[in-house]
Amino acid sequence: MVKAKISEIVILGERCKECAICLEFCPRQVLAANDDNKPVVKNIENCSGCRLCEYRCPDLAITVKRKEEATHG
Amino acid sequence: MGLTYRDYLREELFPQMWCAGCSHGISLTAVARAMAALKLDPAETVVVTGIGCWGKADDYFKTHSFHGTHGRALSFATGIKVANPRLKVLVLMGDGDGVTIGGNHFIHTARRNIDVTAVITNNFNYGMTGGQYSSSSPEGTISTTSLYGTAEPGFDICELARAAGATYVARTTPYHVTQMDKLLAEAIQHKGFSVVEIISSCPTFFARYNYKVTAVEMMRLFKERAVDRERYDALTAAEKAGCFLTGRLHREEKEDFHTKYARLQQQAKARAEREVV
Repeated sequence: MVKAKISEIVILGERCKECAICLEFCPRQVLAANDDNKPVVKNIENCSGCRLCEYRCPDLAITVKRKEEATHG
Repeated sequence: MGLTYRDYLREELFPQMWCAGCSHGISLTAVARAMAALKLDPAETVVVTGIGCWGKADDYFKTHSFHGTHGRALSFATGIKVANPRLKVLVLMGDGDGVTIGGNHFIHTARRNIDVTAVITNNFNYGMTGGQYSSSSPEGTISTTSLYGTAEPGFDICELARAAGATYVARTTPYHVTQMDKLLAEAIQHKGFSVVEIISSCPTFFARYNYKVTAVEMMRLFKERAVDRERYDALTAAEKAGCFLTGRLHREEKEDFHTKYARLQQQAKARAEREVV
């Protein structure tokens, strides 16, 4: 089972070029598009912290912080 | 040192210059992750590029960088490595830079087994200059210089590398980021000429002209068409044509140029000393 809130996802909208790769290929549909077609975190409780969105973002616009990192700043 | 992959990148220059959804950004961060995984010292690492969209990649690294002329990145890299074999040299080239304009340098770097790593992002066309076909464009490719399709077959970069003498050869795609990270790290660690071909998307030209798809759909195509050796060998010739064989395709232990050259130097010195006595 997915543990609740194991990650924090930081998205820098100003870097995003709206390619939608992160939205399409998140294995757990954590992200959704906002009105500007940029990703926002929708279901953080589903996030497994796999970091595929971060690694597949061509513009370093996404940072996935795992819980231990998130709590340490 | 404890550097993360972001410590190898000049984040202040982001967003990078490439088009929306271009896979070069994914390949760029994967190279940085391989550097971090291997704990490369940025002061002992050189990123060498030529010309092209991917040729701009050196701008984004906090390592040493050398931006040379079109197709000659491997020649500059050879010079850098021979002058200072201690350095880790990564050569970032596209299909135009690597095997079309730079085709001759590519085969001779492989033949000599120079200890550098070539990361070739193959998007099957010249993106920067407007989508002209290259030597890796498959037969029938629609491009700005072949409006009705090309009449020539494209190079298989990995086969070419292996035949010419490269001692590490691998292929991956931007969809398979975990595999990409692993193969890049393996290639950089390998002693001898290593080649990683990254099948890439050019959403602005090749993908639009040939598949009429977006960057996301190109990623899906990579997901569906990338097959490992076992699955590839079971396919018919017609099925193979539509697939990308991915994974580590070749690895052999073979004395690299610098080791061999240093040994020859020692032998020559010893012989000269004997002859003087």
